[in-house]
Amino acid sequence: MLRFLVRRALGAAVILFLLSIVTFLIFFGMPRDPALLICGKSCTPANLENIRHVLGLDQSIPEQYWLFLQNLVLGSNDYLQGPCPAPCFGYSFHTGEAVWDTLIDRLPTTVSLTIGGAVCFLIFGLGTGLLAAWRRGTLIDKAATATAMVVSSMQIYFLGPLALAILVYQMQLFDKPAYNEFTKDPVAWFGGLVIPWVILSTIFAAQYTRMARSAMIEQLQEDHVRTARAKGMSRRYVFFRYAWRGSLIPIVTIFGIDMGSLLGGAIITEYTFGLPGLGRLAVDAVSFSDLPLLLGVMLFSAAMILLFNIVVDAAYAFIDPRVRLS
Amino acid sequence: MTTLTKEAGAPRPAAGDAFLSVRDLHVSFKTEDGIVRAVDGLSFDLDRGRTLGIVGESGSGKSVTNLTVLGLHNPMFTTVEGEILLDGKELTTAREPELEKLRGNKAAMIFQDPLTALSPYYTVGRQIAEPFRKHTGASKREAWDRAVEMLGKVGIPNPGQRAKDYPHQFSGGMRQRAMIAMALVCDPDLLIADEPTTALDVTVQAQILDLLKDLQREFGSAIIFITHDLGVIADMADDIMVMYAGNAVERGTVDEVLRAPQHPYTWGLLNSMPRLDSDVSVPLAPIPGTPPSLLTPPSGCRFHPRCTFQDRVAGARCVTERPLLAPDRDSACHLTAEQKRTIFIEEIKPRLG
Repeated sequence: MLRFLVRRALGAAVILFLLSIVTFLIFFGMPRDPALLICGKSCTPANLENIRHVLGLDQSIPEQYWLFLQNLVLGSNDYLQGPCPAPCFGYSFHTGEAVWDTLIDRLPTTVSLTIGGAVCFLIFGLGTGLLAAWRRGTLIDKAATATAMVVSSMQIYFLGPLALAILVYQMQLFDKPAYNEFTKDPVAWFGGLVIPWVILSTIFAAQYTRMARSAMIEQLQEDHVRTARAKGMSRRYVFFRYAWRGSLIPIVTIFGIDMGSLLGGAIITEYTFGLPGLGRLAVDAVSFSDLPLLLGVMLFSAAMILLFNIVVDAAYAFIDPRVRLS
Repeated sequence: MTTLTKEAGAPRPAAGDAFLSVRDLHVSFKTEDGIVRAVDGLSFDLDRGRTLGIVGESGSGKSVTNLTVLGLHNPMFTTVEGEILLDGKELTTAREPELEKLRGNKAAMIFQDPLTALSPYYTVGRQIAEPFRKHTGASKREAWDRAVEMLGKVGIPNPGQRAKDYPHQFSGGMRQRAMIAMALVCDPDLLIADEPTTALDVTVQAQILDLLKDLQREFGSAIIFITHDLGVIADMADDIMVMYAGNAVERGTVDEVLRAPQHPYTWGLLNSMPRLDSDVSVPLAPIPGTPPSLLTPPSGCRFHPRCTFQDRVAGARCVTERPLLAPDRDSACHLTAEQKRTIFIEEIKPRLG
């Protein structure tokens, strides 16, 4: 297991390294000049040259990349804004803040949104899916399947404002969504995020409903499930111990992918509810041609996806003994 | 021995006092294309300590019959009519909790492919211990010890250690032994073995058959042995029931059916069996045609479209009238007893060598 984890972690590091190169190349391939953007309307060639020099853009791309790697691993004291300890992504072109600090600042919002959303979609999604599989062919099953279909074809930018209009502004049942720190005021934290959680979870929940239902129905037709029934085990026992165990593999796989990408920022949800998470940061980084921030957000998101890939692969070993021993 | 109550021709013969008594069983499935009559008016009896071999092609209703005995059919798509009496208790109308108490306890089942029939997620020991705990209320420890004991009994070396293994760590033959241990863990009175040796190679097959015979001697269970291998039947069974298209077409003791078969379908089965001692230049003689669709079964005798002897029955009765099968030695065929005897001796037997 340890060897497996080390091997996968090294593989992930290589992927991140390659990804940073690709990000660099794409950034400089874009027909936009970040220095020109910062320089503004009253821009003189001297000013522009000065900005380029300050940002380090006057160096060649390999030189810039080498410096980036150096700073990332060793940190740097060469920035005008102050010392930048490792892992140093430098300072934002746009805001002038340290990229790493910005990431750390935005992370709690994204983590809160992800965890709460995941809890919601697992409960609603899997619960409905299991119910539909248990009651296969009945009205309950048909209603659950149809609801999942309708909900999965909705969009957050439609459902979100709708929920805000009805629940917050019209009926005034909830506070306007906002991020409050959990450690300071858990109740406000919960109240401010509950609508984003539910709305974010809808599209995922519908997907999990369909997945859980079809995986369970497939598993219930397996020979070993029939054997368990032939041994006299109850329907409920067979459903949860035998069929559910077999359904876990596809569900955990998708769950890992979803968690990874959600931790990289739920862009639409964050925008819809005005939450300052990593998703908005990513959009800002692109629209302001903010190279240090862009690299920081990209690599962080990618690292999350890679991390959850490894977690999922490790989870397989716990779920399926055939994986454990081979 | 199968009970020999003479009630030939009676539309719904009363259930005998045999241990397992199936009377006029009809099982049909609702499908997209229509209703499939998988079992159509089947009756048979089985006593404790006896082995009934059920032979027939795929889709002849062998497996369906036995899944229905344990109530393992899907009730949403399946209609079951008729009677199944196990030790005097009616099973077709029994409620699910009663059936659960019976399955794995009084009546157990061994399936064909032990790799897919055992769960890959739990240890072999746990899977054997589970039904024992459920049916006897034993503690975890006791059930585990019992599982180890059963593994030893079916000839798994070092059972204490192997019980902790997962099915994929077992070889094919060992998995089937584990499956048998699982079926026998509660000393069932009825054991249904659904092609238990089909997925195994021949040497292992022989070991498993010997094991089943030994265990039957020890526990005195009744066994229903489903197979399409007449050689295996000859070795295992006391009585034979040949099934075709959801019906029993011939029954009798092993000697009766294999030495003097009466039904054209049984002749066909024997003819299509390769023999070690026959001339390799003589081709096998498969039964012409294909098994009928059970959505729209043929009229009269179900076998008539494939039967080469139907022209010897006067008045096209094969097409119009369904032949009946008496509860004891009989074959469901319109040929007269004399015809069956002469055809077998003069035309079939020489080809069998």
